[in-house]
Amino acid sequence: MKFSENWLRTWVNPELTSDELGHVLTMAGLEVEDLAPVASEFNNVVVAQVLSVEKHPDADRLNVCQVNVGDAEPLTIVCGAANVAAGLKVPCARIGAVLPGDFRIKQAKVRGVASLGMLCSAVELGLATESEGLWILPVDAPVGMSLREYLDLDDKLFTLKLTPNRSDCSGMKGIAREVAALTGSELKSITIEAQPVTLDEQLPVIVKDAQACPLYCGRRVTGVNAAAITPVWMQRRLERSGLRTINAIVDITNYVMMEQGQPMHAFDSDKLTGGITVRRAHKDESLTLLNDQAIVLDEEVLVIADDAKVLALAGIMGGQGSGVDASTKDVFLEAAFFHPDAIAGRARRYGLATDSSFRFERGVDFAATRQALERATQLLLEICGGQVGEITEVRGEMPVRSAIALRASRVARVLGVALDVDKIAGLLRRLQFEFTLTGEEYSVTPPGFRFDLSIESDLIEEVARLYGYDNIPALAPYAALTMLPCSEAERPLAKIQQTLVGRDYQEIVSLAFVEEQVERDLCGNDNPVALQNPLASNLAVMRSSLIGGLVGALRFNLNRKQARVRLFEAGACFAKAGNKYLQTQRLSGIAYGDRLPEQWGAKAAPVDFYDVKADVEALFAPRVLRFVAAAHPALHPGRSAQIYCADKMAGWIGELHPQWQQDMAHACIWFEVELDVLMQAQVPRMSEIARFLPVRRDLAVMVAEQVSAQSLTDAMLNAAAPYVQEVVLFDVYRGQGVIQGKKSLAFRVSLQDTQKTLTDAEIEPSIALLVDVLNRQGAQLRM
Amino acid sequence: MEQQILDQALAQFELIGDEAELEQVKAKYLGKEGSLTALLKGLGKLSAEERPAAGARINQVKQAIEAALQQRRDTFAHARLATKLAAESLDVTMPGRGISCGGLHPVTRTLARIEQLFHSLGFAVSTGPEIEQDFYNFTALNIPENHPARAMHDTFYIDPEHVLRTHTSPVQVRYMETNQPPLKIISPGRVYRVDSDATHSPMFHQVEGLWVDEHVSFANLKGVVQDFLQRFFEQDDLQVRFRPSFFPFTEPSAEIDMSWRGGWLEIGGCGMVHPNVLKHVNIDSEKYLGFAFGLGVERLAMLRYGVNDLRQFYESDLRFLKQFN
Repeated sequence: MKFSENWLRTWVNPELTSDELGHVLTMAGLEVEDLAPVASEFNNVVVAQVLSVEKHPDADRLNVCQVNVGDAEPLTIVCGAANVAAGLKVPCARIGAVLPGDFRIKQAKVRGVASLGMLCSAVELGLATESEGLWILPVDAPVGMSLREYLDLDDKLFTLKLTPNRSDCSGMKGIAREVAALTGSELKSITIEAQPVTLDEQLPVIVKDAQACPLYCGRRVTGVNAAAITPVWMQRRLERSGLRTINAIVDITNYVMMEQGQPMHAFDSDKLTGGITVRRAHKDESLTLLNDQAIVLDEEVLVIADDAKVLALAGIMGGQGSGVDASTKDVFLEAAFFHPDAIAGRARRYGLATDSSFRFERGVDFAATRQALERATQLLLEICGGQVGEITEVRGEMPVRSAIALRASRVARVLGVALDVDKIAGLLRRLQFEFTLTGEEYSVTPPGFRFDLSIESDLIEEVARLYGYDNIPALAPYAALTMLPCSEAERPLAKIQQTLVGRDYQEIVSLAFVEEQVERDLCGNDNPVALQNPLASNLAVMRSSLIGGLVGALRFNLNRKQARVRLFEAGACFAKAGNKYLQTQRLSGIAYGDRLPEQWGAKAAPVDFYDVKADVEALFAPRVLRFVAAAHPALHPGRSAQIYCADKMAGWIGELHPQWQQDMAHACIWFEVELDVLMQAQVPRMSEIARFLPVRRDLAVMVAEQVSAQSLTDAMLNAAAPYVQEVVLFDVYRGQGVIQGKKSLAFRVSLQDTQKTLTDAEIEPSIALLVDVLNRQGAQLRM
Repeated sequence: MEQQILDQALAQFELIGDEAELEQVKAKYLGKEGSLTALLKGLGKLSAEERPAAGARINQVKQAIEAALQQRRDTFAHARLATKLAAESLDVTMPGRGISCGGLHPVTRTLARIEQLFHSLGFAVSTGPEIEQDFYNFTALNIPENHPARAMHDTFYIDPEHVLRTHTSPVQVRYMETNQPPLKIISPGRVYRVDSDATHSPMFHQVEGLWVDEHVSFANLKGVVQDFLQRFFEQDDLQVRFRPSFFPFTEPSAEIDMSWRGGWLEIGGCGMVHPNVLKHVNIDSEKYLGFAFGLGVERLAMLRYGVNDLRQFYESDLRFLKQFN
C-alpha cells in the first residue's frame, strides 16, 4: 500500500514529522517499508515561458532565449537543448538555484553571452532517469510559480507492508482513521452526498449467490464524456499510489478504491445485453480478461454476467468487451461487497493478484459500499458529466457482527500487565469501537471495516497495540523448576558430528533438492519425490541420499584448486513409500585426495576405502560393524559394501564409480549411514577383568584372492575353539612366496581362561581346530 | 701410608678421561692386588692393640676412595647423558605430524548455541518432518485454505496434501497433540520457501519456541526473547523491539527487531498462541496460555559472524567454511 503523505494530511494532520508519523504507523503494526520524497532536493526552479529563440552568434548548437520567469523583465538564457522553441513552458532554474547533485546555478557567460539561469530537463531535476531535451510543461502552467509548488513536489511517499488482517487500511480513509486513533488528531471526513437522480433508468440486477455477494449496488450514468482529461490532482494521487492513469472513468473508479478502500468496476453500458447477474461460473465457461489473459472458469469462481455472456471475474478483474474506453457514452458503475470466502485464493488460481482481489479477499467495509458508489458518481459528474440513474441495490445475507466479550482480567493475564477498566475503555473509544461495560467485562461490537475482529484475543491485540507494545514490560517467567530427561542410550548428533570433525571432515549443508538426473545416476532412483513447483530443473526433486550434495560440493572445491577435500553432511533424505513419504535422517561423508594433509613426516598417499572404513568404524565404536560386498549405482562394483550394525542395514561405503568422477584425478571414497542406528548407544555395564594373562598365537595362511578375510575370521570364531577370545587380521601379503592369484593373511589369535594361565598342551587342540577350519575354507597354513 | 694411597688415588681419578679407565685404575687400589687390599691383608700382622685403629683408618680411606670413584662415575654418566640428549634435540618448530581437524558448519554452530541457551532455561528439543501435511503446516495453525497468509508463504508443493514445511511451527502442533501442558520446547530445523536471492534461500533454518503454561504472558514472551538475544550476542544492553504484526497462529503477534548499526533489524516473529491453535489440540485456552516465537538461524549467524550473503552457507566453499572452525 503506497500513498502520498500530503494526501493523507488532507484527511488527518497530526503534529508529527514524516519520520515520526512513520514510526507511529510501524509501531502500530502498519509497517512502513519505505518513506521517500517524491522528488530530489532542488530549489529556485520556476515555471517559465520561452518568449524568443535566436541562434547563438558563436556556437552552432546553442540558442539565446528570452525567457519570462514572472519578473517584470524577461531573462536572457543560453540553452543547448534541441527542443527549445518560442512559446513553450519549461522549468527554469534561476540564479542561486541548487539542483540535485549540489549543482549550483550561477550567472555565467556562455561563449560571450551572459546567461541568467538554466532551462531544465526532467533528468537535471532528478525527476527522471532519461529525457529528451527540456521538460515541456502543460500550457496552463502558471508562469513564475515555483515548480515544487506547481507539481506538489514537497511530498513524501509512504509504502506500507499491510498484514492480511488490516484490509481496513487499504484505502486513504482507513489509514486516516487509524492515524487519528493512534495520534488523537482530528479526522476530517469528506462529505459524500447522494447525487440527484436525473435519469429514469435502472439496470435489473440478479444475485444468484447471496452468501458470496451479500450486497450489490450499481447504477447507470449516461451521456458521459469519456474523453475528458483526468484532473491533475487525481492523476497525481493515483500516480503516487502506484497506479497508472488510463482514462477518466477508470481513473475515477481507481481513485475511489484508493480513497474509500472499495474496489469498483465500470462497464460500458452499451456493450451489455440485458441485465446483470452475479452467479457462480458454469464449468468450462471462458472469459478473456482485461489483461488479454483467456481463462476457463468453473463453479468455484464468482462472476458478473449479463444475459449473454460472462463480463467479469467478480472482485478480481473485468473482462474484455465490456470495459470502458474513450468512446464510451453510457456506463454502468458497480460497487459490491463480495464475501472474502468467495474471492480468497481465486485470483491466485489464475496467477493474478489485483488491487481489487487484494481488498476483497481480506474484507471490505460492507457498510460503505453505497457511499463509495455515490462518491464515484459525484466525481464522474464533475469530470465527465452525464445523467444519473437510480441505484439498484440487491441485499443478500450480510455478515453478522456479533458483540465480543472482553474481560479486563483476561487482558491482564494475556499481556502480563494490568490495565484498569477506564484505560481499556479509552483505548476502545479511540478505535471507534462501540461497547458496553458490565463489571470488568466489555461487550464490544466491531465496526464493519474491521474484518479481523471476532474473538476476545483479537480485541486484546487491539488493546495491546494501542497501549503500545513498548509499554508492556519484558519479564522473566516464573515456573516450577524440573529437570529435562537425559537419555544415555542415545548419542547426541553433536557428539557424532564432533567425531567426524576430529577425523578431519568439514561439515557442509547443501540444498535438499537435486536434479532428477542425479537421483537416477547416483541413487538408481527412477521415482524420486518431485516438487510440483520447483525453482529450477536442477532443483526439481528431493534427494534420496546425501551423495549428490557431497559430490557437487567436492567438485565445487576441486574447481577452486583444493587438492584434499573431506566433507560430511547430516540431513533428511526422502523417498516414496506408497502414498506416504519416508524421511530418513542420515550422515554421509566423502574423502578425496591425500590421506593426510601434505607434511614432512609422512609419505603422501591418496585416501582409500580402508581409511574411510576406519572413520565409519570409529563413528560406531564400540559397536562392531560388518561390511558385506554389494553393488550400488554410484560405486565401483568391486569396491563397495553395505554396512551392518547388529544385523541392521546401517548404510553404504565405497569408492565412487569411475564413470561419475572422470574429471577427478583420485578415487573418491563415500559413505552414508542411518542416523537412527548411529545414535543408539548402550549404557555401559562393567564385567570382571580377567586375572590371567592372554596367550597369543599367530596363524598365517595362503588363500585365493576371492576369499574374504571376514569369512575366515567368522569361520574361526564360529568353530567355538576353547579359550579363543579374539581373532584379528594383522597382516596381508602378496608377492614372493605367495602364488599368483592368492594372498597371505596373518591372524592374531588371543586365548584366555578365567581360571588359570594356559599351558601349551591346553592351547594346542584349539589351534589345531582353527587350522582345520581354515583348511576347510581353502586356506593353507604357511610355515 | 693410607693417606698417601688416598691422595694418590684422588689425584689419579681426577686425571682419568673415561669410565673404562676409571674401572681399571680402581683395581689398582681396591682390586685383589690393589694397594689398599694389601694393607688390609697386612692387618693380621699387627698386634691386637694396633689392629682396630689401623683397620678403621684403612676403612675410612677405602670409603673415601669409593666415594670419589662414585663421584667420578656420576660425572661421566652425566656427561654421557648430556651428550646423548644434545644429540637427540629436535627442531621443535617443525609442524606436528598426522591428521588435521575439520569443522562444523556455521549454521550447526549457531544452532548448537541456540539450543544450549534455551536448554539452560529448561526447553526440550523437538523435531518434525520436512515433508509436512498441509494440515499441520497450515490448517492446524489457523491458516485455512485460501487464506491470504498462504500466499505469503510461497510454498513448495509435493502433492495437494503435502508441502515442504514453510516453517517449523507444525512441530508445535505435533508436540501439543501428544504432550500435556506445561510444555516448553524449541524445534530447530530446515524449512523451505519458493524464493532465491542474496537474502533468501529456498531452504533455510528456523528455530521455533513454544511455552504453554497457566501463567505465561506477553510480558514473559518479551522477557525470554530479549534474554535470549542478549545472551546470544553477548551484549547485555542489546535493544530488542516488539512491533505489532500478524501471524494466523498467534495473537497478539509481534515482529522481533533488534538494534543493529543505528537501525532496527527484523530477527523473527512471535506472539501468544492463538486460541484456535490450542483448540485444535484440545488444550483449554481458558486454563492455559502459551507463547511462541520463531527465529531465523541464518540471520542470527550472519549477524554474529559478519556473513553478508546468505547463499554462501550453501555453496560448501571450504575457504568460507573453514573460517568457522
